[in-house]
Parts: sequence; structure tokens; C-alpha cells
Amino acid sequence: MRKCSLKDLNALFGKISESATLYIPVDLENGKAVYKKYSDGMKMSDALKTERSAKDFFFPQIETLMEFKTEGKNIEIIDTRTETEDFVVFGVRGCDAKSLEVLDKVFLAEPVDSYYQNRREHGVIVSFACSRPSETCFCQTFGIDPSEPAGDIVCYKTDSEIIFDAKTEKGKALMSKLDAVTENGGEEQVEKQKAEIKAVMDKLPLKDLKADAFGADKTNEYFDRPEWAALSESCIGCGTCTFVCPTCQCYDIKDYKTNKGVQRFRCWDSCMYSDFTLMAHGNSRNSQKERFRQRFMHKLVYFPTNNDGMFSCVGCGRCIAKCPISMNIVKVMKTLGGKENE
Amino acid sequence: MQKVTRETLIEKAIALIAEEKVNRVLGWKAGEFSYDVTPAVFNDAESLKKDFVFTDFCGANFSKYLVKETKKDGKVLVFLKPCDTYSFNQLLTEHRFDREKVYVVGIPCDGMIDENAIKAKVGDGIISVTADGDKIKVETLYDGVKTLDKAEVLSERCANCKSKKHVAYDELIGEDGEVADSNRFDQVEMLEKMTPDERFAFWQEQLSRCIRCNACRNVCPACTCEKCVFDNPNSGVENKAAADSFEEKMFHIIRAFHVAGRCTDCGECSRVCPQHIPLHLLNRKFIKDINTFYGDYQAGEEVGSRAPLVNYTKEDIEPVDAVKKGDE
Repeated sequence: MRKCSLKDLNALFGKISESATLYIPVDLENGKAVYKKYSDGMKMSDALKTERSAKDFFFPQIETLMEFKTEGKNIEIIDTRTETEDFVVFGVRGCDAKSLEVLDKVFLAEPVDSYYQNRREHGVIVSFACSRPSETCFCQTFGIDPSEPAGDIVCYKTDSEIIFDAKTEKGKALMSKLDAVTENGGEEQVEKQKAEIKAVMDKLPLKDLKADAFGADKTNEYFDRPEWAALSESCIGCGTCTFVCPTCQCYDIKDYKTNKGVQRFRCWDSCMYSDFTLMAHGNSRNSQKERFRQRFMHKLVYFPTNNDGMFSCVGCGRCIAKCPISMNIVKVMKTLGGKENE
Repeated sequence: MQKVTRETLIEKAIALIAEEKVNRVLGWKAGEFSYDVTPAVFNDAESLKKDFVFTDFCGANFSKYLVKETKKDGKVLVFLKPCDTYSFNQLLTEHRFDREKVYVVGIPCDGMIDENAIKAKVGDGIISVTADGDKIKVETLYDGVKTLDKAEVLSERCANCKSKKHVAYDELIGEDGEVADSNRFDQVEMLEKMTPDERFAFWQEQLSRCIRCNACRNVCPACTCEKCVFDNPNSGVENKAAADSFEEKMFHIIRAFHVAGRCTDCGECSRVCPQHIPLHLLNRKFIKDINTFYGDYQAGEEVGSRAPLVNYTKEDIEPVDAVKKGDE
């Protein structure tokens, strides 16, 4: 392991920025943390979570996939790709790091989404263990250990230092460029912090939430449950939960006529919206109950069915903190999820 | 002011169901923590006793839910805070629901708490929040129990409360209050004092955070179009995500114009914004301008009032003067 004094953090950020675009979490004036492209002297946020997840770097809310120009009977395809630059995302928590494994299942399966694939290949994830999880955290429900997050380099922040544990080839390659600003050591502090995190996890209010009742091939068990009506009753049909979610992956593609030709545009979609999966024949989910059910069935049943039992929720708790009516996957699981969650 | 409790409301609801004055009750259910209450419909005394809660976090404005609730059979009981009743009247003015299908119990309110304000003070890890007069006790995971003044964690709209008076009800619990002397236009004045470039930069910064979740629109009691143009694939302006900074602003500015003169300043837009954009300031600017140009007007104060923007009088300001005033 390598370590760096917090006093030298900006030197380390500067060093990383020499070879790649670096994104770090920073505090806005309103006290909320967001990712920003690093520039000299920027201070890293101490917040547990960024408002939006690290998903944005790999699957951005909007992107132009390509453009077309027509001249007579010829169509010229214009490559507008920009996703092949190296970048580093610093300070990713265990939940968000795991969310990329969920997204990989979707975007790296055949047919591979080469936009996403390029970003995955060019992005380095520097993750952070969570020494102070929030009351809304429930990552352990989905088998995530916040003391050992996924990532190319895993970091442990103490009061005076950051300790780096490079896990992958990409991580080790980045670490080797930081020799001048880091030194060996930190193993002891890491073990201490891991133990502290485990102790904190046992105090979290959602520590006993279990997902065992859900999973692959349970569509028939849950689809027609009467509880969906009351659960979705006060849902206002906004897209907040889907857009702050690190694993929601639905998108829409449209061709737009511009002055110069045609632009193929992709943006996030939300199953909460009335025009989600709208087709020529109409819409297959006409009520908010059906749209609401789609979101939770996807996370807890459909996704595991198609992906060897992997749930597509990572317990980050953003939907808990942000839903305008405070409805969320925890309430859904507790209502539907059998004896172990009572 | 009489402090309304969960027990008072449950008792009232059960009595009204027993008297067959209402068939169901719009209320709140507890969540996992102290602050995450969810609006819910209760059908009988048993479920009310079991699940109905009322706390300082029950800030959601229930008026808009009545559009949906009144499409069902029977009559619904709704508890409305003073500010909610303005939205209630405005919806009636716009014929959005059948008044006969609602029974309104007005409840007093001394301000609702914004959980984000608590988090800003004590950080992450809130285990419980309990009210204790003017104080609240916050039990945290990391720093023990902290005591805060309720006044310092009120929602912005409550800190600048415009009225403690109910403008619609079938019956009241407790004494009614008065229209308040509010400082709600102070922030608008600060924006007005900025240079156009500063103001542009302010809104650019704020609105660039928008993720187009549409929570502001969907919660807004003035936004009750059956199909919003921004959701309608046939409208030509359907817009699921802002492609650039122009579109970011377009959605919010069009929405602000659309609700101008109808917005009661209930503050739900800013409450629900997951990106903490102070959207209510756009609407308040319109309210302030309407007050300046046409005389004080409060949307929803009375049912059927002719709002200045949809009324004509010979004394109306000339457009040329309004523009001049706006430039000052």
C-alpha cells in the first residue's frame, strides 16, 4: 500500500491531472457535493455521497451518438465520438463502484454498447471506504462491504492521510505514476479502519433489511400483489428516483433534424414517465401503479432473472433521501418482502 | 397556537367516518426514519390507529392530490395547513375537482421542518428527530444527541410564511391565524439588485444542475394539464432531457410563465427539487411584479377571483410602462 498526507493531496491531484482528466467530489455553496473536473487548488469534499452518482461518467444523461448528412441519395455518417480520453474518477463509494458492475451486465453484453465500453476502458475508478455511512445506507443488503469497495484503487481516508491500495492493472499503472507524491505504508491504519467500519455497519437502522425474498424467477410471485396499489398511490410520477439512481439504465434514442443534417441523440429515460416505452400501438403501462411496479420489479426480480441473480440496487440510499413523497425501495421491500423484513 | 397532534387528527378522522361524512382520509404514514413520511389514503378507523402519523415533517401540500382523489367514489377527508388552502382555492377556481367530494379540516401550522436543513447542521447519520417545544432533539449515529432550535431548521417557505389563515375549510381545529407579514420577497429583491450579467450567471449556475426529473412540475398544484407539452411526443417540443443550457432554462422559464398569476407560492417546487434549485424564486418574481403593476394579488385567496393577468381593467398598466419598470 501507498499513502499520501492530506496536505499533499493537491500535489497528488496535480500529478494525476498530467496524464488524465481528473474528477473529484467538491462541495457546492449549498453544501451539497458534486463531481467537478479538477483544477489547481480545488478542495475535495468530505461528503459521503455526491448528489449524482458516478454513473454519469460512463452513461451520461445526454449524448450525441452520431450525425448524418444527406446529399442527394448519399448518406454520410459523421463520427462524433469523444469518449476515448483517459479519465480518473476520485472518491467513488462502494455502492457506486458496484453499480458499474450492474451496468456492465447491460451495456457490455451483446450487442456491446461501444460508447459505454470505451468509457469503461478509459476510466479509472479510485474508490473510498465509507467511515461514516448515512442512516439511509443499505449496501450490505446487496452484499456490498463498504470497507472493501470495488474499484481500480481502493482508498482509506484517515484524519491526516489517504492510503491507497491498487487492485487492478489500471490501478497499479496509475499508482506507479504517483511515486513522487506517495510513500509506502498505511496497512495498520487500513485494518483499523476496516474494523471501525464493520462496527458502524452494525448500528445502521437498515442493517437488517434482507433481499432474500426477491430474486430470479419470482415474477409470478410479486407481479399481481395487491400491495402495489397502496405503495404507488401517492407517487407523483416524477423521475427523481430513476435519475439519481446509480443503476437505472433505461434510455431513449431519437433522430433530430438540425440545420446541417440529422443528429442521433440519446438521453436517459424513466419508467416513471407516461411516454416510457410508448410504441405505435400505445403504451403497455398506462397507470402510475404499473410504471411504479416496473421500477421495483426490474431492480428486484427481472434483473436478477436475466443476470444470474444479481440485484440492480446497490443500496446507496439516494432515492430515500430525494423522493418528494419519501416512497422508496426499502418501503417496497419491507411491504412485499416476506417475514424476514417484518 | 394550539399544537395539533396525531391523536387529535385520528380522533377527528374516525368521528367523520363514523358519521358517514367521509369515506376515506388523506394522511401520512411513517417511514423508516423520523423524517420520511409518505402521503397515504386510509379507509377505516383500524388503519388510521395503526399507521396514521402527523409530525413536523408533514409538509407536503395535499391540495393537488384531490384532483385524483375526487375521481373516486365517495368523499375524502383532507387536513390542510393554511398555505395548502390557497392552492385548494386556486384549483377550485380552475375547476380541477368537485368541491362536494372533499371535506376539509383546517389545521394550524407553526412551520414544517426541512430535513436537509437538519442534515446541513448535524451531517449524515440521523437516527431520530423528536420535537420538544421550540427545540428539536436529533439523535445521530456519530455525535450523540444534538439540540437545535426549530426556527433554524424550518423550510424556507415556513420561515417566510405568508399566511396562518385558512382561506377554505369545512371545519377548523383550533383558532385560525392571520395573514403574516412575510419577508418572502427579500431574496427576489436581492436578485433584482444584481446586474443582468450577474443574474444570468446566478440562474445559469442554478438551472445547470437540473436533471429534468419533472418533480417540480408534477408536484405543482398549478400544473394540472392532463398532458404537459414537454411530455407529449406529438407536441414538437417534447423534451426528456435538456440538451444544452438553453433548454435547461427554457423548461423552467416556460413553466414559470405558465403558472404566473396562478402560483400561490406554496413552495412545493423547491421542497421537492432533488438538486436544491431555488425554483420558487422565479415564481415569486412574477408575484412581486404582479403586485407592483396591478396591486396586491394573492392567488387562491378567494375562489373565482379574476386574476390580473386574465382580467382587463382600464387602469391596467400599459406594456410600455411595465417594460420600463422592469428595466429599472
